[in-house]
Amino acid sequence: MHAIVIDDSSAMRMILKRIVTSLGFEATLAEHGRDALDKMDAADHRFDVALIDWIMPEMDGLEFIQAVRSDPRYDDVTLMMVSTESDQSKVVRALAAGAHEYLIKPFTPDAVAEKLELLGLLDPERVTAGV
Amino acid sequence: MGVGPSEFTWVSDLVRRESAIVLPPGKEYLVEARLLPLARAAGLAGVDAYIRAAQRPTSLAERRAIVEALTTNETSWFRDATVFASFRRDMLPRLLADRMAHRPLRIWSAAASTGQEAYSLAMLLIEELGPARRFEIIGTDIARGVLERARQGRYTQMEVNRGLPARYLVQYFQRAGTGWQVSPELQRNIQFRELNLAAPFPPGLPAFDVVFLRNVLIYFDTPTKQTTLRRVRQVMAPGGWLVLGTAETARGIDDGFELVRMGDMSAYRPVSGSAFGSASRPPTGQASGRPSVPSARSPSVPSARPSSTPPSGPSLQLSGRI
Repeated sequence: MHAIVIDDSSAMRMILKRIVTSLGFEATLAEHGRDALDKMDAADHRFDVALIDWIMPEMDGLEFIQAVRSDPRYDDVTLMMVSTESDQSKVVRALAAGAHEYLIKPFTPDAVAEKLELLGLLDPERVTAGV
Repeated sequence: MGVGPSEFTWVSDLVRRESAIVLPPGKEYLVEARLLPLARAAGLAGVDAYIRAAQRPTSLAERRAIVEALTTNETSWFRDATVFASFRRDMLPRLLADRMAHRPLRIWSAAASTGQEAYSLAMLLIEELGPARRFEIIGTDIARGVLERARQGRYTQMEVNRGLPARYLVQYFQRAGTGWQVSPELQRNIQFRELNLAAPFPPGLPAFDVVFLRNVLIYFDTPTKQTTLRRVRQVMAPGGWLVLGTAETARGIDDGFELVRMGDMSAYRPVSGSAFGSASRPPTGQASGRPSVPSARSPSVPSARPSSTPPSGPSLQLSGRI
């Protein structure tokens, strides 16, 4: 299973990398949406899930989601926004753009695991065992 | 600072007497972690001082607070997603076919804590039955503090992050300050009541079609498990189902239940003659029992992912499923 973590904060990239790695994913890191699209294009494997910050330079999370959704090569990539944007209207916008899930920062490792389980990307035993 | 041996023994005895939950030696850390906030709130130097204060004959509130602090456990929305998926896909259609024509479906969320299980079931049932169709969920817990929170239906940001699908957050919650408030639509089908699972049940409990008794029995000793399961059986409607936690079993504890594999989860039903009113009959389509063959594991949320052409705008259709 491959995850791509897209966040302009290096600390947040490392936190999410540690969490998804402990859940059995291989993680690729990207600093913004454009960087992520380049890395997905160059990869020799598909990505199962993208964890996407909203506010980023170059290409923000919403633009990234729209770009991925308009590219049939990425139809099977699950998209989860991971953002400090916590207004209900923002959650609606992200879902309407094509995000499958939305996790509001700050979060616990358990919260990431539970969202991935909801998305059918995680063996339930990994969730109950904790991360 | 730690908890002294005599103080730990006293707390352990109190919690066992009041709730049947067993705190064996080695759980001193748990007692310290759970009671330290109480000690601090009371302005005392440490947990031992709080425990000694609670031993005074007039310290009823402190003793109650200790029991509540040690019987309250973390919970999350749709905890064990496969259970909710199987409930929806495998159990609910049978229940509806069997009894919804006669009366509303009635579900007991035992050990409801702060209400996430009960509200998760309500979201799922509204989605499945439509908003107009009535159902009844009764959530119970021994701890008054968590029940009050469950009744209020107000949750922190961190709490709504725990397993709640974003589409439900949008549909059934409203921002309330820094937290979130569940909608009246969810609350109208749910009652929360105080109930100690380790004591005789209060009169007036209705017959339940499904009892969710998850992650409770693991804290009880065997005699208490037996007594609790027997009492639960007596408030189950004929053809009703009991759902335990994934690490729990009724086998070898209560012969009045039989195990039925149902999709990705296991459920129990009272054997003939052992349920409420004792007129037990198999649910529709269950005359010879459902084959106990686990199905191939399917994703927990078969269609949680929106289609490749997601809906847009404020009329977002939230059609994914748990």
